[in-house]
Amino acid sequence: MSSGRVKVSGARNFLAHTPGLVRYGSKPTREIQSSDTAEAEILAGLRGYGQAAAYLPNVAYLGGFPPDNMWDVERPWYNKNGEYSRRHPYGEIMPEDEFYGVMRAGDDFDLLWLEESFNDEVRQKLLDHPYWSEGDLERLDKGTPLSQIEEQLAPELGNLPMYLQSGRLIGVINRAHDLDASLFSDVLLENLATKAAAVMATKTLLGDLGVEADSIPYIINCGEEAVGDRYQRGGGNLAKAVGEVCGCTAATGVDIKAFCCGPNHAIAVGASLVYSGLFERVLVVGGCSLAKLGMKYQGHLNNDMPIIEDVLAGAAILLEKQDGEGAIVRLDSVGTHPIGAGGAQAKILEELVSKPLKKLGLTFSDIDKYATEMHNPEVTEPSGSGNVPQLNYNLIAALAVRSGQLERSEMQAFTRKHGMPGFSPTQGHIASAIPFLPHALEGISGGELTRVMFLAKGSLFLGRMTQMSDGLSFIIEGDG
Amino acid sequence: MDLRGKKVIALGERDGIQGEAIGKVAKSAGAEVVLEVTHCFV
Amino acid sequence: MKRTAEKAGTEDLIVLLGTPNADSTELYAITMTEGDPAWAGALAGVALGLPVYHVTENEVKSQVDPDIYDEEIGIAEMVLEIDEIRESAKSVRDRVAAATT
Repeated sequence: MSSGRVKVSGARNFLAHTPGLVRYGSKPTREIQSSDTAEAEILAGLRGYGQAAAYLPNVAYLGGFPPDNMWDVERPWYNKNGEYSRRHPYGEIMPEDEFYGVMRAGDDFDLLWLEESFNDEVRQKLLDHPYWSEGDLERLDKGTPLSQIEEQLAPELGNLPMYLQSGRLIGVINRAHDLDASLFSDVLLENLATKAAAVMATKTLLGDLGVEADSIPYIINCGEEAVGDRYQRGGGNLAKAVGEVCGCTAATGVDIKAFCCGPNHAIAVGASLVYSGLFERVLVVGGCSLAKLGMKYQGHLNNDMPIIEDVLAGAAILLEKQDGEGAIVRLDSVGTHPIGAGGAQAKILEELVSKPLKKLGLTFSDIDKYATEMHNPEVTEPSGSGNVPQLNYNLIAALAVRSGQLERSEMQAFTRKHGMPGFSPTQGHIASAIPFLPHALEGISGGELTRVMFLAKGSLFLGRMTQMSDGLSFIIEGDG
Repeated sequence: MDLRGKKVIALGERDGIQGEAIGKVAKSAGAEVVLEVTHCFV
Repeated sequence: MKRTAEKAGTEDLIVLLGTPNADSTELYAITMTEGDPAWAGALAGVALGLPVYHVTENEVKSQVDPDIYDEEIGIAEMVLEIDEIRESAKSVRDRVAAATT
C-alpha cells in the first residue's frame, strides 16, 4: 500500500565561526549606532575559534556528540574548553577567513573586495579544502590593494568594512545601488553570507555522499533572507544561485518562504516532487541568518558569558526515490496547521501531532524522538527567553496527558526519553526541527531509532500581514 | 479588577500563550481587545 | 503599543500577558508600567503606567468562561511555571502601587 514514501538519502549541517561579523548582526548594529560603549563591549566579548569549535552544542550540531548525551553534561557548557576538531561526521566549523573566501567565490557582481594578501591566503586555504578546486575559485584570482579598499570606506559611500576578529581589515562590501535599500551593503552582506553557507552545506552533502552535482534536477532553498531589488524585494530563487556555485548544471531551483517553518515545508514539497515522479531527486538547502548574530549578546555579557551567537549555520538535505533501504519520509504523516485552527496551543499541537499519530495508528510513545525548535538554551535563557525545546517537549507531553496516553506524573520522564536538550545555534529557520536530521538518519540506519517526528513552527505574525503562526510536521522512519 | 467593559492589550508569545488565545479569553470576560500581539524571541 | 495606548486612552486599558516564564513576565510587566530604557524592544522608553496581569492569574481566570479558558490556555497551564509567573506579575503591581502611594 502506497504511503508516500520518499528516501532521505542524506543530510549535512554546516557552521562558520564568524566573530568578525557579529558587529553586523541586527541587534549589535543597532546598539553600536546608539551607544558609545557597545562596540568595545561586543569586541571584548567575542571568543576565538578554538572555543567555538570546542563548544558542546556546536559539536553536537555537527555530529561530534550525541544530543541525548547532553542531558548528562552539566551546564554551563560555554566554559568547558578543551580539545576541538574542525570536522565531524555531519559537517565542519569553518574559520572566518575561509568563509569570507567562500562568499567571494560566489560573488558575481564584485560586491565583496578582499585585500590582496588576504585574498591569496584564503585562496590557498580553500584549495586545500576537499570540496573546492581551482575552477571554483576564479573570483579569487586577484585581490584588491588595501589603499583602494580604504577609499571605498569613505562614509558617504555606504560600504561596510570587513574585519577579522583580530581587528584586521580584510575587505569591504560595496552597495550595489545608491538609492535602492534592497541593494545596500547590509542586505548584500546578509545575502552573500546566506548563499555561502548554503553552498558549503551543499558541497559537503554532495561530496560526502559521492553524488554528482550535475545529477540534481531541482533545488529548493528555504531560508528567510530576501533577495531582490526595490521593485521585487523578495524576488528570491537563491536556490539556483547556490546550485550554480556548486556545479549543479542540470538543476533549476525555487525558494520556499515560510519563516522558521520553511525547511519543513521545503521537505514536504520536495518529497512530493520526488514521489510524483517529476524529479528523481531534490536537494533542499538553507543558508544562514546573519541578522541573528549576537542577537542576545547583552544577556550573555551581563552574565559574564562570551558572545556565543558567533556562528553562521547552513543545512542541506537530499531526497530521492525510495529504494527499500535507509530512512524515508512519510508523506502520509504530514501534519499542518490550518488557518481555521486559530492560535490556541492545544489546537495547534493537535493538528501537528495528535492528528498524524492517530491517522497512522501510532501512540505518542511510538515516536522515539521528537525534533522541535532545537535552540540552545544557554543562548536563550540569560536574556529571559527561556528553554524553547524544553517548553515544546512539555507541551507535547501535556498533549499526551490530555489524550489519555500519559499520566501527569510521567510527563518529565517522557520529555527526557522522547526529547533532547537544545543544541542548535539560534539561526532562525536552521534551528527549527532540521538540526536533528543527520542524527536521525544515522540513528535509524544503526537501529537505535525507529521513528522520529520533526515538527516546526513559523512566526508569520512578525511580518505584520497576519496574526497567525504556522507549523508543519512529518515522520521519518526506516524503510522496509 | 473587573475586565468587563475594559480595553485589553493582549501580549502573547509564540511558544507560550499566543495573542489570539489571550484575546479570545479577554472577550469572553466582556472586555474589548484593542491590540493583539504575539512575540517570538528566537 | 504606545500608539494603541494613546488612541484608546489609558483610562480603561489593561494589559494581559501570555509570557511563558517568570523572567519574561517581569520584563514585560515592568516595561508596561514603569518603562525600561535598558530594554531596547518595541516598548523601549515607554512608561505607560498600565495595570498588567498575566492571563493565568486568578483575577483574570475567574472572569473567563471555563470552557474557553481550557481550550485556549489549559494546556499551557500544565507546562508553565504558573506559580512563579503569577508571583512575578503580582510583585510588579505591588511595587508600582507602593511607589505611587
